[in-house]
Amino acid sequence: MIWSKEETLPREEIEALQLSRLQETVHRVYEKVPAYRKKMEDAGVRPEDIQSLSDLAKLPFVTKQDMRDTYPFGLFAVEKDKLVRIHASSGTTGKPTVVGYTQGDLDTWTECVSRIACMGGASAKDVAQICFGYGMFTGALGLHYGLENIGAAIVPSSTGNSQKQIMYMQDFETSLLVATPSYALRLAEVAGEMGVDPEKDLKVKIALVGSELLTDAMREEMHKYWGKDLLITSNYGMSELMGPGVSGECLEHCGMHINEDYFIPEIIDPKTGEVLPAGEQGELVITCIKKEGLPLIRYRTKDITRLFYEPCKCGRTLCRMENLSGRSDDMLKIRGVNVFPSQIEEVILSVEELGPHYEIILEREGYLDKLTVKVELAHSTDSFSVLEKIAKEVKDKLKVILGLDARVLLESPNTLQRFEGKAKRVKDLRNLSH
Amino acid sequence: MFAKQLTVFIENRAGRLSEVLSVLKENKVNILSMSLADTTEYGLLRLIVDNATLGKEKLIENGFSSLLSDVSIIKIAHTAGSLQTLLKVIDKGGVNIEYMYGLSIESEDAYVVLKASDSEKIDEILNANGVKTLSCEDLAHI
Repeated sequence: MIWSKEETLPREEIEALQLSRLQETVHRVYEKVPAYRKKMEDAGVRPEDIQSLSDLAKLPFVTKQDMRDTYPFGLFAVEKDKLVRIHASSGTTGKPTVVGYTQGDLDTWTECVSRIACMGGASAKDVAQICFGYGMFTGALGLHYGLENIGAAIVPSSTGNSQKQIMYMQDFETSLLVATPSYALRLAEVAGEMGVDPEKDLKVKIALVGSELLTDAMREEMHKYWGKDLLITSNYGMSELMGPGVSGECLEHCGMHINEDYFIPEIIDPKTGEVLPAGEQGELVITCIKKEGLPLIRYRTKDITRLFYEPCKCGRTLCRMENLSGRSDDMLKIRGVNVFPSQIEEVILSVEELGPHYEIILEREGYLDKLTVKVELAHSTDSFSVLEKIAKEVKDKLKVILGLDARVLLESPNTLQRFEGKAKRVKDLRNLSH
Repeated sequence: MFAKQLTVFIENRAGRLSEVLSVLKENKVNILSMSLADTTEYGLLRLIVDNATLGKEKLIENGFSSLLSDVSIIKIAHTAGSLQTLLKVIDKGGVNIEYMYGLSIESEDAYVVLKASDSEKIDEILNANGVKTLSCEDLAHI
């Protein structure tokens, strides 16, 4: 089902709407946010210079650092008493980034997530269990109100207490699961331990996953546990921009539709900042054109993707962003080679004898980086040759894909750490100063 | 006749072997013989116990990778040359031995635990040559 008619507007109409909303937003932040006015003055651009969508490129970028520099409310475009909600990022390094919403912003957010939910196959009939952590993190509440808005029954179970989660799924007949891909796998594992087969004994038909990359291999692994008919779609967002709801995958599985009447996407070369044509891979930059509280302009997401504007078979005209291949933040530099953890994940998931959990450890020996990958055995064996074959297969595939030698450590089942929220599978112990 | 060997995968980490043994102790599984083979990163602990099925079940419950495999537990005389005599018989039958370790029960006789490349075939060879082997039931009553 398509939730809003705005999702199917002809391209000229989307662009006309985008331009008028962009012009309004730029005028507003220039008037109300001194930090923006200064940035624009430094770049020698005035609000009236924005005459077409391509003029967007004249505006300066905003980065996470800008948000930290103006902590907590320096980039807000409304008085604090207009805010009705405040969220913050986890702030693992230094101060968190703070985001605030007016009532209008919350309505926008709910609208955007309702669309995403419908794209993933959700409807009023669903019982939606939200296994994202409630709290300062935007994921849970974003999905909560968006799904409630379409009429689904919400089970706000949050993360943790996995056995109880499975009990709710059985007793409430949960049909829709909201979780990170890794927690969805963990829940299947716990169900198995309880003697519950997720495919046969539970009624989960839809999974809306986010906050972590969903690689093809991970999707397959989810089907293995939850059944091949589970409708799995990924959705995308970040608290700085709003939370979940920026874009979401439809059932055609050809990328995530961006809610373009609220967000203008661009792809830039992350090194030069130059805007790249549609179809080319680069860093995603998003401009919020209907936000009141925190209307970020040209926000650098650090996510690497591509944009496609061809109409989709689902009937939506909203452009699509390719499912993420990695975040430039997550990229590891190992012996000078750029490595995305998702590449290592794909290798591990391709080996039949291994479970889906893993740990990547980086150490430094002298001047050399050392890569260790810990994996879990899914099947038992009493033969060294089988164990050696498994370790060698992982090692060889990593060598082919990354060009790097890795040490592969086999572990017993259920020994590596499990995650309820975003999985943290990389341990970088190199103490690099940069 | 086959007996069941309990095999456990263990990482080369301090205390890991002790964890396996404590699971067996808690469940009163008695170890009759063992062999521990290792590489630099992991090892395989192979055990002959009085109740292999229970041992496997409890180890898996406790997160160990564990399985049962068919081995022959062969009675030989406690005298010089008896093992070599046995091996001659096996070699002649064309079966390859993957690994082997000892199990001493009585003073006048000894037993060897032997994993052959072909469990069915070695059983035939041993039976044809009148060699005594132990079953799971035998182990349960030691």
